[in-house]
Amino acid sequence: MIADIGTIVAGLLIIAGSIFAAIAALGIIRLPDLYTRMHAASKAGSVGSGMMLIALAIMSDALPETLRAIAAVFFFLLTAPISAHLLAKAAYAVGYSMWEGSVLDEMPPLDVDEKDTATPAPEDGAMAERPT
Amino acid sequence: MTLHAFAGLFLDLSLAISLGLLALAFLLTTIRIILGPTLPDRVLGLDMLTSVAIGFIAVIGIDTGFTLYVDIAIALGLVGFLATVAFARFILARGKTGGDPDVEELPLENPGRGPQNEGISS
Repeated sequence: MIADIGTIVAGLLIIAGSIFAAIAALGIIRLPDLYTRMHAASKAGSVGSGMMLIALAIMSDALPETLRAIAAVFFFLLTAPISAHLLAKAAYAVGYSMWEGSVLDEMPPLDVDEKDTATPAPEDGAMAERPT
Repeated sequence: MTLHAFAGLFLDLSLAISLGLLALAFLLTTIRIILGPTLPDRVLGLDMLTSVAIGFIAVIGIDTGFTLYVDIAIALGLVGFLATVAFARFILARGKTGGDPDVEELPLENPGRGPQNEGISS
C-alpha cells in the first residue's frame, strides 16, 4: 500500500522533472541572449534533475542509495548557482552584450584587469582590450 | 484493478514519457551547443547537458534498478561544476576577442563560426 503510493509519487516526480528539463532546453534554444538562457538553464534544469533524483530516492529499496540520492540533490543545488554566477560574471566582465530589448542594466562595468592578476593570461594584451 | 497493478502501469508509462522528454532536452541542448554563437553559450549548454545527464541517470536507475549509477551521477555533477568554473576562469582570462558576434546578429541564423572558435580548438 505505502510502496504503491510511493511508486505513484515517484512516477509523478519523474514526469514533472523531465518536463522541467525539457522546458529548460526549450528556453536555451529559444531565449535571445546568454543571460536569459542562463536563467532558463540554471533554474529549471537544476529543479528538473533534482526532482528525478528525489524520485530515485523514493524508489530505491536500500537506505544508502536513498541517502546518496538525497546527497546528490543537495550537492547539485549547492553547485549549480555558483557555476551559473561565475559564468555570468565572467561573461559580463568580458563584455558579452545583452539582448537589445533589455530595459535595465544596473551592474557597473567590472574591472577585469585588476581582478584577474592571479590567473596568467593566455597571451599578452588579451586582457588589456576591454570594451567600456 | 488493484492499486498495485495501477502503480506498476503508471510507473512504466511515466518512465516512457520522461525518457522521451529527456531525449528532447538532450537534442535541443546539443543544437544550442552547435549553434553557439559565443563561447559562454556553449559553456552554458555543456552545463545544461550535465544536469540533463544526471536526471537521465536517475530515470535509468529507476527503470533498470541499477541504483549504483547514482555514484556516477554525483561524480558527473562534480566534474560538470569544475568544468564550468574552469571555463568561466578561461573566459575571464581570455578577454573579449575581436570577432565575437554581437547579440544583434543572433540567434539562430548565425552558426557562430566566428574567430572565437579558434581559441577553443587550439
